[in-house]
Amino acid sequence: MSALLEISGLTKRFGGLTAVDGVSLSLEAGETVGLLGPNGSGKTTVLNMISGYLPASSGAISLGGRRISGLPAHRIAHCGVARTFQLVRILPSMTVGENVAAALAFRRAPLHGAAAAGEARGFLARVGLAGRENEMAADLTYIDQKRVELARALASSPSLLLLDEWLAGLNPTELKVGIDLISDLGRDGLTIVLVEHVMDAIRALCGRCVVMNAGRKIADGATGEVLKDPEVVRAYLGESHA
Amino acid sequence: MTARTAIGLVAALAALAILAAAPFFLGAYGVGLLIGLSGYVTLASAWALFSGPTRYVSLATVAFFGIGAYTMAVLSETLPYPLVLAVAALIGLAVALVVGLSTLRLAGVYFVIFTFGLAELVRQLVTWYEVNVTGTLGRYIFMSFGPETIYWQLLALAALTLGLSWWIGRSRLGLALRIIGDDEVVASHCGINIARVKLALFALSAVIMTLVGAIQAPRWTYIEPGIVFNPTVSFLTLIMALLGGANRLWGPVLGAVPLFLLFEWLSANFPNHYSIILGLLFIAIVFVLPKGVLDFVEKAWGRGSSRARNKPDEAGLGELEAGR
Repeated sequence: MSALLEISGLTKRFGGLTAVDGVSLSLEAGETVGLLGPNGSGKTTVLNMISGYLPASSGAISLGGRRISGLPAHRIAHCGVARTFQLVRILPSMTVGENVAAALAFRRAPLHGAAAAGEARGFLARVGLAGRENEMAADLTYIDQKRVELARALASSPSLLLLDEWLAGLNPTELKVGIDLISDLGRDGLTIVLVEHVMDAIRALCGRCVVMNAGRKIADGATGEVLKDPEVVRAYLGESHA
Repeated sequence: MTARTAIGLVAALAALAILAAAPFFLGAYGVGLLIGLSGYVTLASAWALFSGPTRYVSLATVAFFGIGAYTMAVLSETLPYPLVLAVAALIGLAVALVVGLSTLRLAGVYFVIFTFGLAELVRQLVTWYEVNVTGTLGRYIFMSFGPETIYWQLLALAALTLGLSWWIGRSRLGLALRIIGDDEVVASHCGINIARVKLALFALSAVIMTLVGAIQAPRWTYIEPGIVFNPTVSFLTLIMALLGGANRLWGPVLGAVPLFLLFEWLSANFPNHYSIILGLLFIAIVFVLPKGVLDFVEKAWGRGSSRARNKPDEAGLGELEAGR
């Protein structure tokens, strides 16, 4: 296996605040890695820099050996990065089907028109929204909007999928379905970065975890080991539990 | 082609034929009215082409309109007419590309203010040049053809603009515009080069506006910056498109026709209070019909109620700013 994603010395400063501070990590193709840390530790900022939503202050990101840091978001998307957002972002004036067709029409191998509609239905079926393509995306429940967002991310045929708390807010049944879905995606060979607070999901899905605190990487390794690491416990639960 | 598209096309061609024949049955006043009407229908449709889906409110309409008119005034004696139109279109394109490259990163109210300032800037530059370099402020335009010919050209341009809008609405470019209008962040993460799409549409819209100015200029015979760079043109265009609904193919047409006739009547009967009434009307339309007549009618009929659930302009601004 070779490294698909290579991050070195990644830093993001917002004025005086250093949100991400010299983070380096490397992801093998096909890995599902959990990115953990307390609120404000810089997880989402890392995802934002990988997807090109925010420019990095310094450091480098490469995908499949090609440097993507510094490229605009649409070019990074064409390189094979897709994501969902912590606060769900659907296209509210469009139907569920059009939301997915949006990604099909502008990916590197674009698909538009009747062929795209059929393809979109396939992605919707995959996330559990079969037959709902003509509903307005804005009318869907929050959970279903998250599904639309995932279908849209998958439709851009990514090699790297970034999921930002995609499982947050699901009830136990939905969580089980969600975990199975992500697990299937991983089995299909997709490389996934999972920012998540749901520990059951992390344990079920991620063989490896990276933990951040105050912008720095404080642990990186097998999930079982990392979650027992005293520094990780301290970051999450405070000094007295360590 | 579906049956509905075919029927629509036949109806549109029939309407075009009737409109083209109208000068044979109308007097000079009627033709004059039709020139103004087709001019504003074209301006409002061209405005909506860019501003409807992207929700960028542009007040630069008269900048391009005036550039077209002045190009015609300056070159009509030296170059053949079709060539003047081509030069006008190229100048409009060049200005649109420069302005677009420098401003389409601006969001919301900053873009509105910039475009309004642009129209004033162009007007002041032309005035300065005329006063200091050529030494005269006004210019005369004499053409060998009559007002009917002006009307037919404008009618053809209006038809072309509507045809283009229809085609873009169904193309990948139209889909890109709708995605950008909904959420620019999602658009870029879907692989859309936002800056390029916006620039292309802004430029296309500007070229059409420039051509309207160039074609309409001979109608005045005498032009000066105060006439062809009158900011009212920008405001009227905007309010017409908004009244009809800037996100629909026929919206700008449906807004332009009644408003133009109303303004004609108002300016003839209340020349001194015209702009007060105009301002009040502007406010009333924004309050009562923020998404246009077509949307209002659809809602009243109880269909398509969810189709038009667009988030308001400002809602997206905070997020866009945050994403910068």
